[in-house]
Amino acid sequence: MLHYTIRRLLISIPTLLFISLVIFLLLDLAPGDPMASIPLTVPPEVKEKMREALGLGEPVHIRFLNWMYQFFVVEPQVLIDHIFGTGFAEGKQRIISFQSRSPVMAVVAERMPQTLWVVGLSYIFATLIAVPIGIVSAYRQYSWFDQLGTFISMIGFSIPTFFSGVLLIVVFSVILGWFPSIYDTTLEVTDWSSFLQQVKQMAMPVFVLTLYNAAQVSRFMRASMLDNLNQDYVRTARAKGMSERVVVLMHVLRNSMIPVVTVIALGVPNIFGGAIITEQVFQVNGLGQMLITAIYASDAPMVQTLTFIFAVLIVLFNLIADILYGILDPRIRYD
Amino acid sequence: MNIKTALKGTVWGAVAGLALAPAAFAERGADGHVNIIYWQAPSTMNPYLSGGTKELEVGSLVLEPLARYDETGAMVPFLAESVPTVENGGVSADLTTVTWKLKEGLKWSDGSDLTSEDVKFTWEYCTSEGGGCAQSEKYNDVVSVETPDDLTVIVTFGVPKPFPYGPFVGAQAPIIQKAQFANCTGEAMASCTEQNFAPIGTGPFVVDEFKTNDVVSMSANPNYRDPMKPAFATATVKGGGDAAAAGRSVLETGEFDYAWNLQLAPDVLADMEAKGKGHLEVSFGTLVERIMVNFTDPNPALGDERATAAHPHPFLSDINVRKALSMAIDRELLVEIGYGAAGTVTCNVLPAPAIYASTANDGCMTQDIEGAKALLDEAGWVPGADGIREKDGVKLSLLYQTSTNAVRQDFQAIIKQWWNEIGVEVELRNIDSSVFFGGDAGSPDTFQKFYADLEMYANNFDGTDPEAYMANWECKQAPRPETQWQGNNMPRYCSEEYDALVAEMAKTGELNKRAELAKAMNDMLMQDYAIIPLVYRGRVSAASNTLGGVVMNSWDSELWNAADWYREK
Repeated sequence: MLHYTIRRLLISIPTLLFISLVIFLLLDLAPGDPMASIPLTVPPEVKEKMREALGLGEPVHIRFLNWMYQFFVVEPQVLIDHIFGTGFAEGKQRIISFQSRSPVMAVVAERMPQTLWVVGLSYIFATLIAVPIGIVSAYRQYSWFDQLGTFISMIGFSIPTFFSGVLLIVVFSVILGWFPSIYDTTLEVTDWSSFLQQVKQMAMPVFVLTLYNAAQVSRFMRASMLDNLNQDYVRTARAKGMSERVVVLMHVLRNSMIPVVTVIALGVPNIFGGAIITEQVFQVNGLGQMLITAIYASDAPMVQTLTFIFAVLIVLFNLIADILYGILDPRIRYD
Repeated sequence: MNIKTALKGTVWGAVAGLALAPAAFAERGADGHVNIIYWQAPSTMNPYLSGGTKELEVGSLVLEPLARYDETGAMVPFLAESVPTVENGGVSADLTTVTWKLKEGLKWSDGSDLTSEDVKFTWEYCTSEGGGCAQSEKYNDVVSVETPDDLTVIVTFGVPKPFPYGPFVGAQAPIIQKAQFANCTGEAMASCTEQNFAPIGTGPFVVDEFKTNDVVSMSANPNYRDPMKPAFATATVKGGGDAAAAGRSVLETGEFDYAWNLQLAPDVLADMEAKGKGHLEVSFGTLVERIMVNFTDPNPALGDERATAAHPHPFLSDINVRKALSMAIDRELLVEIGYGAAGTVTCNVLPAPAIYASTANDGCMTQDIEGAKALLDEAGWVPGADGIREKDGVKLSLLYQTSTNAVRQDFQAIIKQWWNEIGVEVELRNIDSSVFFGGDAGSPDTFQKFYADLEMYANNFDGTDPEAYMANWECKQAPRPETQWQGNNMPRYCSEEYDALVAEMAKTGELNKRAELAKAMNDMLMQDYAIIPLVYRGRVSAASNTLGGVVMNSWDSELWNAADWYREK
């Protein structure tokens, strides 16, 4: 298993390098100008100077190698300096955002908390809710519980978050006034009342995302359980005189989890990708909002860095899913 | 002085005191917290790095220039004692030097003194090589800035400047602290993140925490020059989301006190305002939504000479066609569907300030479809078998482009309908604004390249002086391959007479004469139908009913008088 993991990790290095090149070239070929959002009152000569100051005058391969150096050498050094108080990265050029002229990684670190809180929490809730719903729905197929679960997950599936989000705002912020419609990223949880405020401001975005994620996972869970419930080994288990509890939760569930684990594991990188739409609707201003504003502003270094981080996470969680298979099903071994 | 007059004086003093009650009784920081929302969040607090409106305006809470424009477009001294003019001797008779006197006792928010050295440094900072300062145009032609003493700044220009208020005036060119930015000139400009995010200023607020593209937390400047102001102890400028969410947070939920730039459909705004929690603030600067007419042939078959002066446009070079296109437009309807209270009809490309606004072209205010048809008939453009007018084998079939934006697409659709009515075939196109307004000479879709017959967008100018703006339509400003497709003369309008007026304005100092010249230039463009003006657009923002002192301003930062804001009790 360890051997396999190491081999997979090594293979992912050329994959990721290739991905970074593709992202870079795509961004470079894409139309768009970081100076486009500047008012027309700023004359073109000045804009040209500003472009030069951003380093856009350099040829493509130089810019790519620069970015690689900054991402793989300078930024890790900065991290080490930050943790151990050393001075490796002193005076070295970090990856700088075109919009704010500040280091991209600093902004990522700034945005991480709200994204993890809102998107991450909703993902955990969604999983915790969806798995039991899926199990019960499959075990009591076509019961009223199953029908209700199907109905709710269809709603979660089919109503886009920009609609459900605004609907919640209109009901709970505008009419009832229970929750704030705008997320305050400066709020620090220090006591009971600030905790309550944090819960209030997270309630709506977390609910919207939980509904959306839970809908997907519960459907997968249900389908996978149904596949397994009719298998021969289930009948054997029952014939051996095992209780229904053991049959369903030990035998069937474990086998049914294999495809669901993939879905759940591959969904984790999306947490870091943020929820672009939901973050916009509630002004959570996490990584998703950061990515979309960077795209609008043609802020290539930021888009490049973020998308590459997502790529790394996706490759990583693919590997984690594969390893989990081996743990869930001892027949699947890669050595 | 007898007792009676002395008493009178006291009484009058008391009355005056009462009139100023909200300001006089309030103490610095007495009104708690103010929440401002800029749905396009500021990326930096340093306007010299960004040039974007959102950064200029939020930056203006901290950084101040020597003088600002007030809501009428008049200049008011901020850090300066007074605004120098030729009359008060502040501007030399040959219009090449300006002497600014700073107010006495001004302090930066860190407690140190503001001196003329800081002003001089600001000029050096923005003009340093390799920095890419976004406002360097404001310092054009400045050859030296001298500081004979701590309070005097003498700016010398290389050429006579009839309007010498570019440097250090308005939200675009505030004064930064030398001590803080001394190591941030040239290429180091961008790497000074700490300074750029939290500049030390003289304005009413100080940055406590800056999260780029997200939120700025501020508190009252303890060293602000008026000990009573600002009334708010803390301020937050939040960003993110969209205009609708921002409007909702002020007008419907009341979570925020001020929302910037609410370009929304008029009925949506009216519904929000009807909730009674806040009101809209509208003010007009110089922004005009217009259609530019291409005088050159954008036919792709022409290769490198496409859309250059080498080939005049096959039918738009006929003034009757241009005029008919303008006549067929119902500008009032456009205002109604697109902007509501935030727009009015205009027939000028230079709509303001009042002394520059011409009334010679007001005929465009009413739509005249029949007149347009008759004009085209007369000029020999007659409908063909398919109903499209033609003459000598040339069909009136045109491509009309603009940037992607809901209001602009509505305008395109409705204008297309009117033009179809007069027998003109119209193809519509919209281009993502980051491409359309991006200056990429390699892209065929930029507004400078103008590979279309007509294009629509909005433009304005900073401050109140239209000299540079009107010079946009000089022959030499036409974008063409030799200029790497840069330049502001999109129609490629070229008239010796016009160029002569531009040259004359550059050496005329007297205000009324300048106004006459600017009007003459505007009228020339309008009567040649090189530009078809549509809507004079204002800025719309929303303020909560509990927020007092807001004076909406289109000539400077909207937040220009945030020091005077207070909480209505």
